[in-house]
Amino acid sequence: MGKYAIETVGLNFNFGNQVIVKDLSLQVPKGSIYGFLGPNGAGKTTTIKILLNLLKSPSDQVFIFGKEINSNRIATLKRIGALVEQPAIYGHLTGKENLINRCILLGIKKTKADEMLSLVGLTEAANKKASKYSLGMKQRLGIAQALISDPELLLLDEPTNGLDPNGIIEVRNLMIDLATKHQKTILVSSHLLAEIERTATHVGIINKGQLLFQGTINELHLLSKPMLEIEVDKIESASSLLTKSGYEIIAKTDRIITIPFTSSQKSGELNTLLIQNGFTVSSLYQQRKDLENLFLDITKTN
Amino acid sequence: MHALYISLVSEFYKSRKTLAFWAAILLPVIICGLISFGFYSDAEKIIARHYPPMVLWAHYSGAALGVMGFLIMPFYVIFMAFSVNNIEHKNDTWKMLFAQPLNKFSIYAAKYLYAVLLIFICLFLFATLTYAFGHLLQVLLPKLNFNQYNPLNILVNSYGKLFLSSLGILSLQFILSLLWSDFLKPMGIGFIGTIMGIITANVGWKYAYLIPYSLPALSLKMTKVKKGGDPLDFPVFTQEIWTSLIYAAILFIIGYFIVTKKSIK
Repeated sequence: MGKYAIETVGLNFNFGNQVIVKDLSLQVPKGSIYGFLGPNGAGKTTTIKILLNLLKSPSDQVFIFGKEINSNRIATLKRIGALVEQPAIYGHLTGKENLINRCILLGIKKTKADEMLSLVGLTEAANKKASKYSLGMKQRLGIAQALISDPELLLLDEPTNGLDPNGIIEVRNLMIDLATKHQKTILVSSHLLAEIERTATHVGIINKGQLLFQGTINELHLLSKPMLEIEVDKIESASSLLTKSGYEIIAKTDRIITIPFTSSQKSGELNTLLIQNGFTVSSLYQQRKDLENLFLDITKTN
Repeated sequence: MHALYISLVSEFYKSRKTLAFWAAILLPVIICGLISFGFYSDAEKIIARHYPPMVLWAHYSGAALGVMGFLIMPFYVIFMAFSVNNIEHKNDTWKMLFAQPLNKFSIYAAKYLYAVLLIFICLFLFATLTYAFGHLLQVLLPKLNFNQYNPLNILVNSYGKLFLSSLGILSLQFILSLLWSDFLKPMGIGFIGTIMGIITANVGWKYAYLIPYSLPALSLKMTKVKKGGDPLDFPVFTQEIWTSLIYAAILFIIGYFIVTKKSIK
């Protein structure tokens, strides 16, 4: 129990007859950046709302820092900061006023608002109405609101949504900072694996409400098998030679043949074979299937 | 209790730059101002009629009370109930509000109390401004005899009754505005209810007091009837007031159950 910041045990959740989350067993270790991945409509936001007790979970299925959420609602929420879907911002108030309002609700010092504004780079826009903010600025203000109570656990639902490349990098660095220097646990959802890959220490992949993979990022990498891509001329005869010699061809384009990678030595032998038979090999390289494709594979087969 | 207090402070902080908040102040200033201006520009006729001081006050304060009780008060209450909830609907902030480490009852009760408070401020200002502008008219037009009668009791009682009798409408409209994010549904129902209330109160239907919307008009009607006798002797807690308070209490509790069951999608 003590190891996990978030643990769900066979969590089920329905909207009427529609099953949204099915037998979900999340295990988010303390101090981790947990990438919660899945295509749109997979149940990510619903899960986050359950973790915030906005949607009521069946009892004894959701534990935050080892405590059952329904019976410890207020104590649990005190330890969580969250950004769910679109940031919840009062458009008629300025950015600073939005943060001060949050300070009032949380009973913390109002000076915290300025601190947060400078943290997310909104100091200059502090006195501008939030309705006039760009999407990226709203997103940053949302992150500032999530961080203002200095929570141990952060739930960020697609936090880089609408940010430009610079903003994305900033948020990414902020997350790494928070986890490494301040020992926060962060659950960050996304439908883009490439974004998670750089920051997450752990990954959970969800599709149609079911968890398809959960583990460290390295475990995810191990799932992808390396391939050997050979760029060669006279592709048809080259491929028939390889087939005859007992190689399994995975894919073939008009200039590249892909076969499973076994070892460097085998790759060398294969190169010699092709050259001895009069082919010109322009390149030969090991290719690891990137996580993006792996992600697609995992979610497709379900 | 602390949670209720900070929720209430936050409600004020959020709304202090909105029309909903300022309406509570502007409405009495404008209406009392207009009536007083009307009196001032029509002063010669009024002075010529030689009203006794009490009747003069009744005539003067009745102008604001009449229009308030029948028409403006129900709509003002409908608007308050709407705007307190709309601030969350419009900005999609319900989920943020209920993800705060505060109990749901405090959040709900603070919203309700804030609406009650705004209505109270509005009516308090009506009473105060009627009194103040009356005396101002007296200074401007010394021939009037506002200074020969103290209307405080009538004002406090009338506006007190108006306040209590409007709480039933408030609770009902509060639930409607909680359920629906758009303006038209609660407003439409409120409009029909108000028309019904005015008609039933005017024709004196026996069961008119069961319609919350007719209660402000009914409560003031009683006041007027009794004015022939001793004006200070009318009871505050009449049938209309009790009905309003019972409606308010029951609907307030129902509203809370709606809030706890409300799924934040």
